[in-house]
Amino acid sequence: MGEYLTTIGLEVHVQLKTCSKMFCACSTDFGVDPNTQVCPVCLGYPGSMPVMNREAIRLTVISGLMLGCRINPQSKFDRKSYFYPDMPKNYQITQYDQPLCLGGGVEIEVEGVSRTVGLTRIHLEEDVAKNNHFATWSGIDFNRAGVPLMEIVSEPDMETPAEAFAYLQALRQLLVYAGVSDCNLEEGKMRCDVNVSLRPRGQVELGTKAEIKNLNTFKGVFNALEFEIHRQADVLQGGGRIVQETRRWDADTGQTYSMRSKEDAHDYRYFPEPDLMPVVLPPEVVKEWESALPERPRQRRERFVNDLGLPEYDAGVLAADKDVGDYFEDTLRYVKRPKAVSNWVMTDVLRTLSEQNLPITAFPVKPEALGELIELAETKVINSNTAKQVFGIMLAEGGGAKAIVAARGLAQVSDTGLIEKVVDQAIAENPKSVEDFRLGKDAALKHLIGQVMRLSKGKANPQMVGELLGKKIGRG
Amino acid sequence: MNALNTLTAHDLLARMQQGECTSESAVRAILDAIGRVDPVLHSYLTVNAEASLTQAREADAARRGGDDRPLLGVPIAVKDVLNVRGQPCTCASKILKGYVAPYDATAIARLRAAGAVFVGRTNMDEFAMGSTTENSAYGVTRNPWATDHVPGGSSGGSAVAVAADEAIAALGTDTGGSIRQPAAFCGCVGLKPSYGRVSRYGLTAYASSLDQIGPMTKDVRDAALLLQAMAGYDPLDSSSLPAPVPDFAAALKTDLKGVTLGLPREYFVGGLDPDVERRLQEAVAVCRQLGATTVEVSLPRTRQAIATYYIIAAAEASANLARFDGVRYGFRAAGSEDPLSLYKRTRAQGFGDEVKRRIILGTYVLSSGYYDAFYLRAQKVRALIRNDFGAAFEKCDAILAPVSPTPAYRIGEKSADPLQMYLGDIFTVPVNLAGICGLSVPCGFTAANLPVGLQIVGPALGEEAILRVGHAYENATEWHRRRPGSESSARQE
Ligand SMILES: [Zn+2]
Repeated sequence: MGEYLTTIGLEVHVQLKTCSKMFCACSTDFGVDPNTQVCPVCLGYPGSMPVMNREAIRLTVISGLMLGCRINPQSKFDRKSYFYPDMPKNYQITQYDQPLCLGGGVEIEVEGVSRTVGLTRIHLEEDVAKNNHFATWSGIDFNRAGVPLMEIVSEPDMETPAEAFAYLQALRQLLVYAGVSDCNLEEGKMRCDVNVSLRPRGQVELGTKAEIKNLNTFKGVFNALEFEIHRQADVLQGGGRIVQETRRWDADTGQTYSMRSKEDAHDYRYFPEPDLMPVVLPPEVVKEWESALPERPRQRRERFVNDLGLPEYDAGVLAADKDVGDYFEDTLRYVKRPKAVSNWVMTDVLRTLSEQNLPITAFPVKPEALGELIELAETKVINSNTAKQVFGIMLAEGGGAKAIVAARGLAQVSDTGLIEKVVDQAIAENPKSVEDFRLGKDAALKHLIGQVMRLSKGKANPQMVGELLGKKIGRG
Repeated sequence: MNALNTLTAHDLLARMQQGECTSESAVRAILDAIGRVDPVLHSYLTVNAEASLTQAREADAARRGGDDRPLLGVPIAVKDVLNVRGQPCTCASKILKGYVAPYDATAIARLRAAGAVFVGRTNMDEFAMGSTTENSAYGVTRNPWATDHVPGGSSGGSAVAVAADEAIAALGTDTGGSIRQPAAFCGCVGLKPSYGRVSRYGLTAYASSLDQIGPMTKDVRDAALLLQAMAGYDPLDSSSLPAPVPDFAAALKTDLKGVTLGLPREYFVGGLDPDVERRLQEAVAVCRQLGATTVEVSLPRTRQAIATYYIIAAAEASANLARFDGVRYGFRAAGSEDPLSLYKRTRAQGFGDEVKRRIILGTYVLSSGYYDAFYLRAQKVRALIRNDFGAAFEKCDAILAPVSPTPAYRIGEKSADPLQMYLGDIFTVPVNLAGICGLSVPCGFTAANLPVGLQIVGPALGEEAILRVGHAYENATEWHRRRPGSESSARQE
């Protein structure tokens, strides 16, 4: 494969987070019964007409601004004609030659090297319905028909599946940060078409490309590209020619299959949508939106390092996922100890999430509760073992840290008199360890502390116990 | 006293206000008339006898309770291209057989709110494509003045219903003359409002950038009355204009003092039927007598209008009619194995020839490689046509023109030669292309006793001007009062 250069371009479709559909008032909620969120407009009934969803325009422009695009002061919508049962009107309202956003780029990092993948354009269109096939019949669910769909078209600017993978991750991260989509792949809210071509090293013009349609996982994109690059290389090496065609990825067999060649490609017969007026975006409106742009992941990372004093690594982990970053910052509102909160989120919280396969937004321990717990631990009201124990209780049963500590009498004992009593008991019950400690075996001290902790039911302040033992046994 | 079905809407309203008659009695008179003449004329596709009587009784009860909405209890016929909740809307096509509209078009909702009673649905050329109402999947409609003649189209059923007193008033739609031409052929008044004046929401689209809904009535005052109830911005139609709606009735005057009327040089240069030309010259003379001054204007791109229109309208139609595929509603052909064969069979069996012709034409002009030469160029010519009218309206308040070069054709006369039929639209399509307004009023008869229409064209949102001219003209003449009478059905025998 070394003798070929690979060129990859991606078209990513992202469902926007609007309450209503692109051209009607129907809800965009996911997962409801088929054909319950439909109306004459999104069913393509005679006489119905589209009405522009201004929020979808705003979210697309915000995406464009986050990605460094130029915003078209005037854009328009067009009809793209083809017959398919999932298309209520048998034309899709989309943007052909005057999209909302032009140019821009996505910063990616592969094997420690950063670069920017260029974007061609971002345009807005309506999603199609969903065909469901059963044993002897097919059904169409029009709930999805007309949901606002943003299409982000990259330049043919990537060379490896890893770059494509990194591009998708970075893009998703940015769009989630922008608040324009939740980019939920399982719900099909982010879908991808891939263009890939090979050319011999030294050749300037691109080779003939194949398009792989409708990939709905990043892993699928990666695997499909790996397969397709090998397939094309094999064809070229065997002296064959690549046919320009659309291919389908089958995740089960791990192969791509030809769907249709260029010869029977559709003529979409684009023409301006006469039912919609052009979209005019005055510069002051775009400026206003620009001034209110949400923070980018990179800015947040830098802020975590510079303002909160977190190590680079922590900042990277916490800012990678917007919701995790939000959880972290929400917790900070209750306890002003960034590093302690970071430790808790990066270890206990993230581990539990991955064990239980939960999104952080559904995590049972809310930032306020976690904040309270951290404050108790940091002020030595409870020791670290107790803190883990309380965390477990909050996870399983809910409730506030203070209430749990109080109800179960878990507060650390720092009363010298009380601790002394237990220490004396431990010394009396463990003469061998006392002797070993006296002879300089540090392990013996650990054992003794453990015994004190056991006798105090874990509540004694371990530091005080250690000091007291040293003093009493005469090695302090 | 005239039979109630022969009244204008404003006369009927006056009588109902005086307690001299009820809406129910008017609806009964309408239903009687339909029963008498419609077996021959076939202006209606469906008659809502029971529903309209119920509506009428409700209107009468409301009136007794002090309700005086502007169209309370007025029976109106609706072209079968407009969606009325709970009613079929076939567009005179087999492909919409069985479809029942789940919602009201905005124009219908507004008329409903104004108190109108919907008596039935009128015949038309399939999907409003045609100039004769011969292209209906449900049979031809006959001209009440000569039943071996066409009523014009595509709103032929509405024109006949009004002219033959089978309705008090009716709604038509006009994409290239489909209100004005049948109004002229049948001797009634037809108004095509400016593009964007009346919401298109709920009008089954033929050519979205040209379609308009408008009234077809027995006089100009009624046209103003119906327009008043329907006009104005609609958030459901992005192309409707957010302009204020004037009081159209207030614009109706009996003289034309201070009004300048333009006479397009290109419209009076031969090619007109001699009787049509004579009636037009007489009408111009009447307007002058009423105080108008006339001035020659030029509309140099008139000859390009037909080609421009058929490219744009067909292109838009090819996409608009793509939704009729047998998947979600209406007719579905039997025996299909896959989506493609379902589409092919359903559309082959469901559409008539003229509709297929325009879909194919529209598909062709939008095809890759042909778009620039046809569609894009047509849009450029359209802009020039609009400019021509703009320049003309700098010199005049309204333009006088023929509606059609000829009176009504014989049934079958043009159906074999679509190109000849398209040329009959030469004076009406430019108005749609320019997005301006046009009014057709009766201006006399040919030697064969066929009605002739005078077209009064106004600038965008210039309905007040053309309604004023039309009203003053009709006030000075008697043409609009002439009725085909009983001889229409007699002639058939
Ligand atoms: Zn809807």
